[in-house]
Amino acid sequence: MNSREITTQICEAADSLNLKKWDYGASFSNDYSVQVDKGEAKQLKASQKQILTIRVWNESNLVGITTTSDISESGIKKALNQANIASDFGNKNERTEFSPLAKDPIEVKDSKKRNPVGIKKLLTLLREAEVKLLESHESIKSVPYNGLSESFYERVYANSDGAFRSYTKSQAALYLYARAEERDKKPRSSGSVKLGYGVDDIDIESCIKDASNKTISHLNYSSIKTGKYLICFSPESFLTIINAFSSMFNARSILDGISLSNKNSIGEKLSTEALNIYDDGLHEKNISSSPFDGEGTPTKRLCLINKGRLENFIHSESTARIFKTIPTGHAGLGSKVSVSPDWIVVEKSEEFSDLKVSLDHSTYNGEFVYIEELNAIHAGVRASQGSFSLPFDGWLYKNGKKISIESATVAGDIKYLLKNIVNIESNQEVTTSGISPHIWVDELSITGDA
Amino acid sequence: MLSSQIKSNEIIFGICNKVLLEEIIYYGIGLGADFVEIFIENTDNSSVLAEEDFITSVSPSFGRGAGIRIFKDNKDGFVSTNDLTKNGLMRSVSQAIEMLDITDNKKREVFNGLDKHRDYSLYKKNWINEVPSIHEISEKLLVSTKSLKKNNKVTTRKGSYSRNLQEVIIASSDGTYVSDIRLHQTVGLNVIASDAQYRSSGSRRFGSSGMPNELRLWDHEKAANDVFESSMNMLYADYVDAGQMPVVLANKFGGVIFHEACGHLLETTQIERGTTPFENKLNEKIAHESVTAIDEGISEGSFGSLSVDDEGMEPEKSVLIKDGILKKFISDRAGELRTGHKRTGSGRRQNYSFAAASRMRNTYIAKGEHSKEDLINSISDGLYCKSMGGGSVGATGQFNFAVEEGYLIKNGKLTNPVKGATLIGEAKEVMPKISMCGNDLELAPGFCGSISGSVNVTVGQPHIKVDSITVGGR
Repeated sequence: MNSREITTQICEAADSLNLKKWDYGASFSNDYSVQVDKGEAKQLKASQKQILTIRVWNESNLVGITTTSDISESGIKKALNQANIASDFGNKNERTEFSPLAKDPIEVKDSKKRNPVGIKKLLTLLREAEVKLLESHESIKSVPYNGLSESFYERVYANSDGAFRSYTKSQAALYLYARAEERDKKPRSSGSVKLGYGVDDIDIESCIKDASNKTISHLNYSSIKTGKYLICFSPESFLTIINAFSSMFNARSILDGISLSNKNSIGEKLSTEALNIYDDGLHEKNISSSPFDGEGTPTKRLCLINKGRLENFIHSESTARIFKTIPTGHAGLGSKVSVSPDWIVVEKSEEFSDLKVSLDHSTYNGEFVYIEELNAIHAGVRASQGSFSLPFDGWLYKNGKKISIESATVAGDIKYLLKNIVNIESNQEVTTSGISPHIWVDELSITGDA
Repeated sequence: MLSSQIKSNEIIFGICNKVLLEEIIYYGIGLGADFVEIFIENTDNSSVLAEEDFITSVSPSFGRGAGIRIFKDNKDGFVSTNDLTKNGLMRSVSQAIEMLDITDNKKREVFNGLDKHRDYSLYKKNWINEVPSIHEISEKLLVSTKSLKKNNKVTTRKGSYSRNLQEVIIASSDGTYVSDIRLHQTVGLNVIASDAQYRSSGSRRFGSSGMPNELRLWDHEKAANDVFESSMNMLYADYVDAGQMPVVLANKFGGVIFHEACGHLLETTQIERGTTPFENKLNEKIAHESVTAIDEGISEGSFGSLSVDDEGMEPEKSVLIKDGILKKFISDRAGELRTGHKRTGSGRRQNYSFAAASRMRNTYIAKGEHSKEDLINSISDGLYCKSMGGGSVGATGQFNFAVEEGYLIKNGKLTNPVKGATLIGEAKEVMPKISMCGNDLELAPGFCGSISGSVNVTVGQPHIKVDSITVGGR
């Protein structure tokens, strides 16, 4: 069945069950992936998946939901029935409706959908990449985490009010994590991830080079003294921090009492006037972009922080109604509709910069810690409290030289971090999770082994 | 008609599918596979969320699918599908064969048909009717969240429940033919407390496998008191000073450190990747002699227990470390094939869309002879980690764990609460520093995410003392 036929099937089944108001979100995908081990295929995977989430409104306008992978006629009927039963437990205190924007026109760009290259080519390319990475330096002994995959999927949203949206996409991903070992030293590991619309769009050579350079650069390491340091966050690590604390911008989190912000926080000064942050799911560099969210609301660019001040929250239909605004295209369909950012873009605002220093990580000769990559986010971030304590890969820069840091964590508070941004470099870098320049923060705590 | 004589063109739960499964396996072997494994599941799940004094979400889900794995030499091809018809399953086998590039079907393995059906689901078929209804569980959650409202500093209260019922059929070309029904239920409480600029949080989770009535016995009042006290104790806590120090880790969920930092390194998956420092250490000392560690899937009702693993093998009790000596690795079928370590009934997966891998079940450090007080009294300046948050272990064996509730130890006594602590180290270095084990072993349920998805596990330990570890703080 295609998505139109499924919509017709749901419509007919709902009619037969006398269900007047419903909507659904669906995803249909075919994924292929390979892993290798020292030149040999290790695991080859293919999967065909379908997931259907149906919501039903009962006569009291309460919502019930069911998710299923069974899209047969009987599966769809069972899902509608279960959702109808679940609607008895619908949340009376926070009503859910269709998004008022579910039928608005969407910005449909060229989806850049590629054709499958097939498992054999995936395997050949990954084998070659592994060999090249192993040969790039004598200390690299293995590539324990590696994979090359391609996915082809369709996402659909439709409702009983006549809304119907669908788009198809392809996406490919390559990851290479090397492990280097030298005598009398601890093993070191680092890697690189590259995304593309298709396998042929992925810059494999650059992935190999990045993984190799990163791993080798950490071979000669040293411990760092515990203390407070001037920090330079790489674009990737700063985006990691912003995403980890995105509940600050999230209306759902505010209503749930787990955000550092509150309903009245719009306009609050969080950081230097030089800082702008946007959520831009449709950005041309976002390989995973989606033209609409789980409720069918069109995706759009939204300013979250404007010249250091909180500008907007991200919303679903129900949070927008409560906040007396419009949905922003950030909803995920579920029993309790979730809200999350798409793709963060950090920019330096040149207009009213109150920055007092101008630092460049490639030329600065003073002492600072460069945080290349933050790890273990799920364990070390307390978003509801604003605190973090995270292990990282990075370097100590001193007198123009850089030394890889053996093992350390950076700890602090997100509000303190944003307030203490002392410089935003001009050049932005594209990462897999967004775009950001290097960001400098003064006086963050580092715990080391020394 | 005998059930074994039923011939269907689709997998149907509740009947014998032997004929169809044998056809699929014959087909794979005929095409040149060394080994064919079919894993089929049918799920019926639901979850309930209570926030403050209201039920805000009830979420049922159901589904079915198959995972087909073909081995050829040391390689394996895995295909998952929602199509359980004969044609759909045959297509998946062909796809796996094609992926592995098997063209030589002359050297055929012998498949003698499936063995007698081992049905572990016989006494479990009524479980779905015995578990608490949504109404019943909703009422219990609401009473629980109400119990959390003990003062006006409690700003957010949540109670959650989830029930997963998974019916599985496993068949493979070594004759394995197994059916089972798995039931997992879990309930948790979360609280956030705040006062001006101060904020704290607390959480507790309870879970069981099998035992449909178990949650009716859950002492929600005790759980609510625990969570409330923890959040109040931590509300005005200072940040801990970073440094090297001795620590005492509490029992129950304190065992998450052993699970993450050492347990994963004893899975054969890690040997295959070359990422465990313990690969060649069998029968060598890797931990302090006070440490004996076990992984098993047989404790009745424990969250990581199972009648049969996802490859059709009954779980065994594996003594991983005995008095500090490494005795065994946790192994699955691929692990046995690629590393030579015998299977331990540990082949596990989140669902049909993952290939099974060697995974922990109920993993714990065995009890010792000391009291909790002995451990604390032995430290003049250190940290007591009463409640642990999440953690992770990196590709080089380095781990880090957040301490949710911590207290300073001064001159053998517990003193001020402290927050923001993270324990950082490497298993190889920390295991020899576990110098004292308490006599109060307890287990706690959890979820473990890894190569084959998220699986239910139990972690556990008695109180243990680590002589020195890096504590990250401010």
